[in-house]
Amino acid sequence: MPGIIGKKIGMTSVYSAAGKNIPCTVIEAGPCVVTQVRTTEKDGYSAVQLAFGEKKEKNTSRPLLGHFKKAGTTPKRFIVEFKEFSGDVKAGDTITIGDVFVEGDNVDVIGTSKGKGFQGVVKRHGFAGVGESTHGQHNRMRAPGSLGASSDPSRVFPGMRMAGRDGGERRTVQNLSIVKILPEENIVLVKGAIPGHNGSTVYIVK
Amino acid sequence: MNRIKELEKKLNPVAAWPEFKAGDTISVSYKIKEGNKERIQVFAGTVIQRRGTGSTETFTVRKISGGVGVERIFPFASPFIDSIKVTKHGRVRRARIYYLRNLTGKASRIQERKRFGIVQETSAAEN
Repeated sequence: MPGIIGKKIGMTSVYSAAGKNIPCTVIEAGPCVVTQVRTTEKDGYSAVQLAFGEKKEKNTSRPLLGHFKKAGTTPKRFIVEFKEFSGDVKAGDTITIGDVFVEGDNVDVIGTSKGKGFQGVVKRHGFAGVGESTHGQHNRMRAPGSLGASSDPSRVFPGMRMAGRDGGERRTVQNLSIVKILPEENIVLVKGAIPGHNGSTVYIVK
Repeated sequence: MNRIKELEKKLNPVAAWPEFKAGDTISVSYKIKEGNKERIQVFAGTVIQRRGTGSTETFTVRKISGGVGVERIFPFASPFIDSIKVTKHGRVRRARIYYLRNLTGKASRIQERKRFGIVQETSAAEN
């Protein structure tokens, strides 16, 4: 899918032409540099490799430095491949938000969700908890309950949902519409919330 | 955060409404769409609070209608606000006068602040 790399700025709301208040996430998307074009003949698949965000030369590994040099660009922080890119692009080209999307498009946004740390089953898996604080309960209001049957099978089945690390995972939010694009500022507003904290890197794909 | 505030100024400019704060009595002329027709409804009452900043700032107006308290929240940036008229500046000691909800009749009166005697009005046409 064609897409672009961006940085989540934060949320606000704007008014539509009909006067409706629309909650929006502001994303600074691009400009991205094409670092490589994958072709079916050479690589077995067709894609465009985009790079975004500046990085110091001394913090870049030698192999990557060579890769960026070949594309004729400075070292970048993030490199992502996008498939089915329309139009003729070659290494070294700059892709801006206006090249990929127009206002009204429906897009998916991929990001890393906020890390919640070690969480119990109520928050992590949406368990209901015990639901009663009296009638014999005193310390198990958010307990997971039974993990399974007893002597048969005499074990806990793999994949049983339990407490543990929550958040901090790659998540995709589908079908968000693009409310506004400000091309001169590389800003795009999508309707609704997206994963991750402000300043985190997100991918916007069609 | 500053980046958001800058963008909000550009995306959702807030019109220059008259100064008012909690305790003031105002009347808000609000455009209401019914099918193709547009008419103006006036909501007059006491400002309970102002909340938020920039283009997402809102204010709450409370009035007693038919013996029942009615509160309405207006966003400052709303395109439907036609005009705001400040009829009285009230003297209150806090920014959010929720205690007014528990008071009725004579007890719910607010003393007038005499410093500004001028009645201000700004309509959408002037902005």
